[in-house]
Amino acid sequence: MSAIDTTIRLAYLAAAVCFVLGLRLMHHPARARRGNQLSAAGMVVAVLATLALVADSGTVTAAGWLTLAGGTAVGAVAGLYTARTVRMTAMPELVSLFNAVGGGAAALVAVPEIARLAGTRTTPEVGVPIVLDVLIGAVTFTGSLVASGKLHGLVPGRPLVWPGGRALNAVLGIVALAAGAYVATGRADLAVLAVTVLAALGFGITMVLPIGGADMPVVIALLNACTGTAVAMAGFVVDNTVLIVAGALVGASGAILTGLMAHAMNRSVANIVAGGFGTGDSGPAGAGAGPAGAAGATVRQINADDAGLQLAYAGKVVIVPGYGLAAAQAQYAVRELADLLESRGVEVTYAIHPVAGRMPGHMNVLLAEANVPYGQMRELDEANPEFARTDVALVIGANDVTNPAARRPGNAVSGMPILDVDTARAVIVIKRSMGHGYAGIDNELYTDPKTAMLFADAKAGLAALTGAVKTLVG
Amino acid sequence: MSPALLTALSLFVLSLLVGFEVIGKVPATLHTPLMSATNAIHGVVLAGAMLMALTARTPLDYAVCFVATAFAGMNVVGGYVVTDRMLAMFRDRRS
Repeated sequence: MSAIDTTIRLAYLAAAVCFVLGLRLMHHPARARRGNQLSAAGMVVAVLATLALVADSGTVTAAGWLTLAGGTAVGAVAGLYTARTVRMTAMPELVSLFNAVGGGAAALVAVPEIARLAGTRTTPEVGVPIVLDVLIGAVTFTGSLVASGKLHGLVPGRPLVWPGGRALNAVLGIVALAAGAYVATGRADLAVLAVTVLAALGFGITMVLPIGGADMPVVIALLNACTGTAVAMAGFVVDNTVLIVAGALVGASGAILTGLMAHAMNRSVANIVAGGFGTGDSGPAGAGAGPAGAAGATVRQINADDAGLQLAYAGKVVIVPGYGLAAAQAQYAVRELADLLESRGVEVTYAIHPVAGRMPGHMNVLLAEANVPYGQMRELDEANPEFARTDVALVIGANDVTNPAARRPGNAVSGMPILDVDTARAVIVIKRSMGHGYAGIDNELYTDPKTAMLFADAKAGLAALTGAVKTLVG
Repeated sequence: MSPALLTALSLFVLSLLVGFEVIGKVPATLHTPLMSATNAIHGVVLAGAMLMALTARTPLDYAVCFVATAFAGMNVVGGYVVTDRMLAMFRDRRS
């Protein structure tokens, strides 16, 4: 091994160490930013090492160098622009888009190797990684593009189901696997490989189209895992260790998040991917029954003044935000109310359900953007014991995740992990109507005798509460 | 199986295990930045895309190499920048 070769491999090792330590630093919000910067430093090392490798080979043509410089520059500018301009509510689309291009690049990386082997007989040792790379990369590419389009509203967010859609998806999957298996055994036939790629691209589209907007957090996490795996496979194809390590880390991360999200939604991953039932993205608050609603059970209404007084004289208030809060752009309004209450000596925390946003941890980012300190954010397991000591729980834009019916078997939310809002001494819910959440059932929290409903849009309701606290208690 | 492939496979499996161990302990509060950060990490596929230039000779080769490096470049730069932007917002107390 030449000196430069050794140096490059050591640089790859250093980069991999940076990635792992960078993720390790993400165990705490105070050090997370430094972790990401360490990871970025590792990336710079990996790219520079590769540049050295490419330059040292002496086989790159002038046009090749131009291509490298041009391609990277175009991509970097596009990435920089989108990263700096994206709104925090649009983060899921952006992550999906980066997943798509990452998966696409991973699949393309195998192309020179495929061209070299075309028409020859090789071994499964060479064939299997190539096929896995191309297969997973292609599925992730189109799947993530469709997911991103759905989240962005370019493709309808509701489940798109059409006659034979499920069957077409299954056929494409089988064709991709069969053609892939043929190539993987060592017959490097370009036509068959093309069939594999096309079927995989089609499979990605037909897999994600029927999945509803509400299930997107799981889908994004799953596609993230797929991209990681595709990159690792690309590492096998071009015999590059840093690709293998990085890809495996991302694969593990995506797999963990997929599992967590599916658990929080009380669904199996298979069930979500099979998709296609009433899980459309209904936005801030489902339309539906008016304030009278809820099958004859009585609902206690409250006005902003009374609710404001109740909050102002509470010792401990827990705010339960749902995506409706972000959809109404009410993060700032909620923080203003929280500031006011805190200045009166009220202890304020936020109880955040894992599926409160449109991707794992999304709500935390939206609150952080509105200057809510992370020390006030509680995860499900931390939040639940706190409710019993809570004077007022203020629910804004969250629905199914607060439904006590989840503790009983036999309904649409049975078994779903919920926030135990009903154990608080009093509950105030800001909601536009008695409309249902994704699960499509009545929320028993709303008819609980200690719950008071403040019928208003999230932003207007919060502003009214803040106004009431200011004028009534000064 | 060749020794090289066995080594690569060991590396893959052990990295997966390290990933499960390290990432399992990231708090839910940081799950979005985590996903975005790992997203940036798989942008290392840029290294793979750069290797394509080694054998590129035809216009088609160059085109494929261009698309791959552009995709990967967008992935890696955008991923790190947006993650940094998000993490900068996580503060201990209000500013």
